[in-house]
Amino acid sequence: MNRENNDHATLAGRFNENEQRVSWHDETLWWVRAKRDKAAHTLPEWEQLRAAASQIKSNVLSNLSEYLVQFEGRALQNGVAVHWAADAKEHNQIVADLLTARGVDRIVKSKSMLTEECHLNEYLQSRGIEVVDTDLGERIVQLAGEPPSHIVLPCIHKKKEEIGELFHQHLGTPAGNADPQLLTRAARKDLREKFLTRRAAITGVNFAVAESGEFVVCTNEGNADMGAHLADLHIACMGIEKIIPQRKHLSVFLRLLARSATGQPITTYSSHYKKPRKGKEIHIVLVDNGRSVQLGRADFRNSLKCIRCGACMNTCPVYRRSGGHSYHTAIAGPIGSILAPNLDMHKYADLPFASTLCGSCTNVCPVKIDIHDQLYKWRQVLVREGHTTTVKKMAMQGMTFTLSNPRVYRFAGKAGRWLMNKMPYMVNNKWNTWYKQREMPEPPEQSFSEWYKKNRER
Amino acid sequence: MTVALFVPCYIDQFYPHVAIATLQVLEKAGVKVVYPPKQTCCGQPMANSGYAHLTKGCNELFIENFTGFDYIVSPSGSCTLHIKEHLHDAENEKEAEYIRNHVYELTEFLTDILQIEQWDAAFPHKVGIHHGCHGLRGLKVAQMSELVAEPFSKPGKLLNMVKGLEIVALSRTDECCGFGGTFCVAEEAVSVKMGQDRVNDHLSHGAEYIVGGDISCLMHMEGILRRQNSKVRVKHIAEILNGH
Repeated sequence: MNRENNDHATLAGRFNENEQRVSWHDETLWWVRAKRDKAAHTLPEWEQLRAAASQIKSNVLSNLSEYLVQFEGRALQNGVAVHWAADAKEHNQIVADLLTARGVDRIVKSKSMLTEECHLNEYLQSRGIEVVDTDLGERIVQLAGEPPSHIVLPCIHKKKEEIGELFHQHLGTPAGNADPQLLTRAARKDLREKFLTRRAAITGVNFAVAESGEFVVCTNEGNADMGAHLADLHIACMGIEKIIPQRKHLSVFLRLLARSATGQPITTYSSHYKKPRKGKEIHIVLVDNGRSVQLGRADFRNSLKCIRCGACMNTCPVYRRSGGHSYHTAIAGPIGSILAPNLDMHKYADLPFASTLCGSCTNVCPVKIDIHDQLYKWRQVLVREGHTTTVKKMAMQGMTFTLSNPRVYRFAGKAGRWLMNKMPYMVNNKWNTWYKQREMPEPPEQSFSEWYKKNRER
Repeated sequence: MTVALFVPCYIDQFYPHVAIATLQVLEKAGVKVVYPPKQTCCGQPMANSGYAHLTKGCNELFIENFTGFDYIVSPSGSCTLHIKEHLHDAENEKEAEYIRNHVYELTEFLTDILQIEQWDAAFPHKVGIHHGCHGLRGLKVAQMSELVAEPFSKPGKLLNMVKGLEIVALSRTDECCGFGGTFCVAEEAVSVKMGQDRVNDHLSHGAEYIVGGDISCLMHMEGILRRQNSKVRVKHIAEILNGH
């Protein structure tokens, strides 16, 4: 609300200047939502799976510190080094120190929303370390100098022609060629050289198993494996909420994750990492960065159940028509709008209002986060904490006065309708935001209460 | 059985014919209906904007107006849901609780409480159903497309009793229209695009009327239809059940 000129409404307004593109963006993501529906409907036990996943995560959140210590112990036994980072800054420093201590100045990185949240790439670059994102979508936005607009489909806002142009500039593909196969082949060739020459690889973590100290990384491209297997040093960065208690719980989460994300039965690669090969190193960085604070907020702690499938974005009618960048945060869409204010209420005060509270996000969420209820609750918190405008506050106080007093309400209603009837230009003008693209309702001669008084109360 | 008729403020002021139709439908169903005259608004516009702490006056007024009836019925899923989820008053919590548990949106009242199985009305037109999100995902008046569960629709069941009425299938059965209370002006561009897309789904499937249980959504879509000079109109389900 305090980010005038670059809040969600303004950025989404800019996105909507090209209506055809908005329709294309909406239909592309709706297609993914439809694939998700189809995949979910192949499992009659779908709703039970969601309930089970949600309950497992409730257990994790209630016992997080114990599971984390258990995970650390097992990982250490496996020969994996474990680091704890209180915030983004510590995380970035740990990663950079590990690299510089080994004289590494060029690395590959597979998809990790945590490193986006911490702005790791920028930090490493500032310390002279080059990062190549190896997920195809992430590589595209990296070449374009943009952040991902979606957590699963980072370049979903780009058309193939734009990617063709980008690859022509950076990878030397023929000008004007937007053949997806040709472009993918060019990216693969370019990335192969990176995989073969980089000595360190960063990956994210989808699930970390407390009982075994192993972690699982899900990709469709195998790029996490290519990076981790070919490098001497594998750094896995994870938010502390990624813990699951037991290996068997993967049978719930892996079935839900890809179906919710893209409608696939399972990701092409679900890679388990447990111990380093001889002469190689694995390091895990456990990152808090606001998560313990969120855990302490009773109304919002369930947001930490998120497994980053992106289903809430694909189904969100507002996200589909405003684009991920309008959310000006690493994690866009409904889930991002309940996570971001925890990190910075002032900066992200607009996001919980970028929703009609339609509730579709809550219904697709594989871990049953009450997303739309949390959006409503964040609105109350943000106003209470003063993250609102004077104009809005005055409007709300005026409305409250009118609606709390039956006589004032009836008078205001009558006066308003009279004005709309006698002087429509007072209402139908450029200062009326509603009227820009919509007609006002036609004011009737009498209200229902007036009709009732005349016809029923005699 | 005595029912109190809860008429949301925008229906009172701009769509009185919807309230009249609701009153007459309930009376046709054999219910004694009372309209408490001092009612105003449920307080939702403030609450959804983050100002729930300002709704004390509205809550007290609501309890004052709607205490002492068997049921409270309203032609709005959204306002009904707001009362069901948020009506509280420390000094009259018992009354507030009774109201929360006995407030019904019109179609769920007709279907679940009165258990209407037959209805005498005719409307020989093709209609598209618009499910308001709060009625759908909050009150669950119909099955939600996201869930793997048996389909049902309370408004659909009632409309199927109306002679000559044909329900058209839509590409997206329950996508939000983009009204969203203050969202409709705070996020004008996205709100309008959502509304246009929703309207186009009905138009492309040959609907002559867009019918729903929430006038707020319908007001938004009506504004878009009229700006396009479309012949397609919106109607509240109460108007159709009322026969004309």
